[in-house]
Amino acid sequence: MAEEILKLEKVCKAYNIGLPTETEVLHDIDLKLDHGEFLALIGPSGSGKSTLLNIVGLLDQPTSGRLLIKGQDIAALGDAEITHLRGHTIGFVFQYHLLISAFTARENVMMPMLADRGFPSAEIEARADRLLAQVGLEKFAGNLANNMSGGQQQRVAVARALAMNPDLVLADEPTGNLDTKSADAVFELMRQVNRDSGTSFLLVTHNMDLARRCDRIIEVVDGRIRA
Amino acid sequence: MNRWLPFEWIAAVRFLREGRLQTIFIIGGISIGVGVIVFMSAMLAGLEANFIKRVLTSQPQIQLLTRDQIARPLRNGAHEVEDAVVQRPSQRVISIDQWPKIRSQMLAMSEVTAVSPTIAGSVLAVRGDASRAVTLTGIEPDSYFNIVRVPDYITVGEARLTSEDIIIGIELAKNLGATVGDKLNLQAAGGANRVLTITGLVDFGNKGVNQRTTFVALRTGQSLLGMIGGVTTIDMTIKDIYAAEDIAQQIQAATEVEADSWIATNAQFFTAVQAQAYTNTLIRLFVGLSVAFGIAAVLIVSVIQRSKEIGILRAMGTSRGQILRVFLVQGGVLGFVGSLFGAALGAFALVYWHAVARQADGTELFPLILERSLFVYTALLATITGLLAAMAPAVRAAKLDPVVAIRG
Repeated sequence: MAEEILKLEKVCKAYNIGLPTETEVLHDIDLKLDHGEFLALIGPSGSGKSTLLNIVGLLDQPTSGRLLIKGQDIAALGDAEITHLRGHTIGFVFQYHLLISAFTARENVMMPMLADRGFPSAEIEARADRLLAQVGLEKFAGNLANNMSGGQQQRVAVARALAMNPDLVLADEPTGNLDTKSADAVFELMRQVNRDSGTSFLLVTHNMDLARRCDRIIEVVDGRIRA
Repeated sequence: MNRWLPFEWIAAVRFLREGRLQTIFIIGGISIGVGVIVFMSAMLAGLEANFIKRVLTSQPQIQLLTRDQIARPLRNGAHEVEDAVVQRPSQRVISIDQWPKIRSQMLAMSEVTAVSPTIAGSVLAVRGDASRAVTLTGIEPDSYFNIVRVPDYITVGEARLTSEDIIIGIELAKNLGATVGDKLNLQAAGGANRVLTITGLVDFGNKGVNQRTTFVALRTGQSLLGMIGGVTTIDMTIKDIYAAEDIAQQIQAATEVEADSWIATNAQFFTAVQAQAYTNTLIRLFVGLSVAFGIAAVLIVSVIQRSKEIGILRAMGTSRGQILRVFLVQGGVLGFVGSLFGAALGAFALVYWHAVARQADGTELFPLILERSLFVYTALLATITGLLAAMAPAVRAAKLDPVVAIRG
């Protein structure tokens, strides 16, 4: 049996609790993700996919229910521990690539390692260069983020997500803003990483073609997982 | 990427470099603020030093005098006082009782740097048909010149005072049509009469003073004023000029003489000096505050502009403390760099103003005092101001909810 990287039990999320405008956007979500699994999360806009991703990514907290990352209950952790766990276990790829514009491609990839260790080092630089080579951008290592195409930036974002060698990468519509060719290249890159290193992926997408190429598809509708 | 710089410094410096225009403008603002502080502080310190030098080198810092002579009420017997109007008696010019002993006491005080006995009174200066009532001051040149720098104010001749010499004010010389080498006849109210040779003309920068001032040797003064062996005042200088009033009061309590400090006798001047110091402090405070608000405003805008990037950094595992430090470092760097340019700007303005601004007589308006400590303290103050000003934006950045920040 594959090791469980992520487990959600009866997770609910509500906003404006206690106010007349209280809204529950996630209802009793149960979800498991095994180590090395590539999962697609689909659903219409406003169905709660991004909220679910934020909770899984430890950027947001559930109103009720349990969230376990590598078997560890998140409710028991403080802010510093959550930050540490997020930095070491989870990588993020966002729809709008969101590189830090003041830094070059290499420096963007170095950033998670730099935040973790405090000081730059030859080892960190070498790892960033290896990751950029892995995503086919070694020639662009010295380019500022704004001097690259959308597809290239998203590949840098994938390399950055892998910098800390995470167990899980959360990708929120990473191909949403890319043309078909670039979208396919970025997806294939993530699939390759998944196959080569066993990193689990949770991919939010509207693209059914891509979703069908994942190991498993979960559909979220109105804050519930459709069976 | 500099390997010796920590993450927070790298991010802070890059953020400042990327927002180049914003950074240049705020550093410009800080530089002007710091420049104003450096310029004001150095110039006002110089002006104050100059004023004080002028005041305190032309008069003693503490002067000991005989106490006022008072009329004693007439008593008929024990506890019975005659019902009569007691008039204030006229004040005779009398010598300080046992003045050599008092001089020794004063010299023994650690705060005192110079002591000189003098005798002062009114005489008539006569030359040909012209005569003027003048203040005759008999002095011991060696000790007195340490208190009142008469040689510094000599414009013609020299500060030589034998028993046959006299130094007079330049206005008095004009009125009497006299100059160095001329004879001057001094006639005292008591009938004494001496003819002295003018050896020097002094200019204390005050017309009234220059019309009345005459200096003679102490013995000559005693002889003219009919007070052989006596002195009317003991003049003193002290180490801390601002402690003059306290020391004067201590002396007055411990001796039989009256002690007047320069603070009491120049109350208006002292008030003006203090008002200038308060004004300088207030100007520095408000300039400092406007610099702080400028830094804070720029960094708050930066936090808003960079909220997505802050969200990404948080998502990547950057702690709240690290985000806080990234913005604090930006504030500190802005303050420090601004202070360097500001110090250079202030020093340049000061050198220029020192060259341009002159007094009526062509001498410098203020001495050029560029102390290293002023620049060190200003840089330190500006850096601390930058750090404090960055506190609110930094806390705001650290508290940003990554979900909200990334969503924008």
